[in-house]
Amino acid sequence: MPFVNWLKRNLVVLAGLLTLGYLLLPNIIVTVFSFNKPKGRFNYEWQQFSLDAWKDPCGVSDLCGSLSVSLQIAFWATLGATLLGTLIAFALVRYRFRARGAVNSLIFLPMAMPEVVMAASLLTLFLNMGAQLGFWTILIAHIMFCLSFVVTAVKARVMSMDPKLEEAARDLYAGPFQTFFRVTLPIAAPGIAAGAMLAFALSFDDFIITNFNAGSTVTFPMFVWGSAQRGTPVQINVIGTAMFVVAVLFVLASMAVGNRRNRQKA
Amino acid sequence: MSTLTEAPPPLAPQAPDPRPPKRRGRWTPYWLLLPGILWLIVFFALPMIYQASTSVQTGSLEEGYKVTWHFAAYWDALSAYWPQFVRSVLYAGTATILCLLLGYPLAYLIAFRAGRWRNLIMILVIAPFFTSFLIRTLAWKTILADGGPVVGALNTLHVLDVTNWLGWTAGDRVLATPLAVVCGLTYNFLPFMILPLYTSLERIDGRLHEAAGDLYARPWTTFRKVTFPLSMPGVVSGTLLTFIPAAGDYVNADLLGSTDTRMVGNVIQTQFLRVLDYPTAAALSFILMAAILLMVTLYIRRSGTEDLV
Repeated sequence: MPFVNWLKRNLVVLAGLLTLGYLLLPNIIVTVFSFNKPKGRFNYEWQQFSLDAWKDPCGVSDLCGSLSVSLQIAFWATLGATLLGTLIAFALVRYRFRARGAVNSLIFLPMAMPEVVMAASLLTLFLNMGAQLGFWTILIAHIMFCLSFVVTAVKARVMSMDPKLEEAARDLYAGPFQTFFRVTLPIAAPGIAAGAMLAFALSFDDFIITNFNAGSTVTFPMFVWGSAQRGTPVQINVIGTAMFVVAVLFVLASMAVGNRRNRQKA
Repeated sequence: MSTLTEAPPPLAPQAPDPRPPKRRGRWTPYWLLLPGILWLIVFFALPMIYQASTSVQTGSLEEGYKVTWHFAAYWDALSAYWPQFVRSVLYAGTATILCLLLGYPLAYLIAFRAGRWRNLIMILVIAPFFTSFLIRTLAWKTILADGGPVVGALNTLHVLDVTNWLGWTAGDRVLATPLAVVCGLTYNFLPFMILPLYTSLERIDGRLHEAAGDLYARPWTTFRKVTFPLSMPGVVSGTLLTFIPAAGDYVNADLLGSTDTRMVGNVIQTQFLRVLDYPTAAALSFILMAAILLMVTLYIRRSGTEDLV
């Protein structure tokens, strides 16, 4: 029975592809429904093909405003978290110091904490301090929860780095700054880039912590959340689809660059 | 055979000893740590303490709250909202198991069978992240719509009869039932299971599979005795990365569920943002945090893995 044997050998492949389908199905729906022309306020049922939303992605009030708020917050949060996280990662890998255990758990705990707990406790702090909720409180919160992920990503890269390279640089009379900027940083760069990309994605897509600490500021996820109650405009799907496509293209491009670099080295 | 599970051979390339003698200043590490750690202390640790104190306060929004060591808030919160707690653990637990069952084959496929498709599949796993998860969760409303093809198929295959009997669905509907919420949770946290699984599977030396085959192990035996034990670190961190956020989630329960599927996250959110009953909300989130930390500690100790970060 060749078919049964084939099935036996490829069962795991089939199961894996089914899971992949489960993961991608909502994205397919989001894309298809970006070409929909819904009858009521909600875009859950297919009516007819239309390009209206694609021609006018900012046609819904506040949508593009919220998008720009989200992009700004994600940009600054990525910058802040990457800077602070990279410093911590270098300290953890390259130095001995007291309280290493405490530092490690302070970095691990935010990742092991349900978002709603962090969100609620941060709001308690802001309320106690009498802080004005808005752009800055969101930014503070985002840097806080992105930090640990950056540390983890950069740490992994720096740990696999051969310290002999830096010793060699020093032996060749490179000063500490030269060693850092011409040897250490270029080698650590992929880890830092991975951490930064992760931070950007996490910040841009964050809803729970933002929802607690945003006050009247509306980020893109909060706009989507609100629209789930009031009526979902098709433009949401347009933006979701566009983001998906941009992300895939970005990853493909960065992989192409990486491949070319590897080939040049070889 | 037992030696294989007890002492896996060191397969990952050994990192060079990371600590060469240092000539630089002894204060350097503290300066490097200072800004980030200060940030975490002020905006992560301190809020936890504030929250702990809020949870034992009494008063009202108009008159202000005072610390009165009112520990009864914890008891009140637990007795009023224990169904939501149970539901959170139940839904998150089911979603975690489903994630493991669904995610393992895909991680295995990427690690061992994908060949030149590996990068493409990897991108397809990660790329959905970039479409806001709220939009993707809303798409499940369309997929599971009443009278839609999915619900129709489940009905024809009599799956709904079984789930109705189990209490996971009600009548001909999937939306607004526990099944829809678990389905959404599974979907949302699946990548968090797949990525750590893939990382630990990818480290396994392919020659071990050949060796197992040479020693007349059937594929299933090879998996059970070699592959799965070696992928344990991935299983542990994957289940934690799935269970923890799922237990605190309120988005899926809100968008795909009904008032009968409210989880503890929903309660915390409502108490904090709508009812403005801060002590109860703080007590609830403190209980959730303590419960999860306890479970995580027990789980890590049982599974004997330390290198999670």
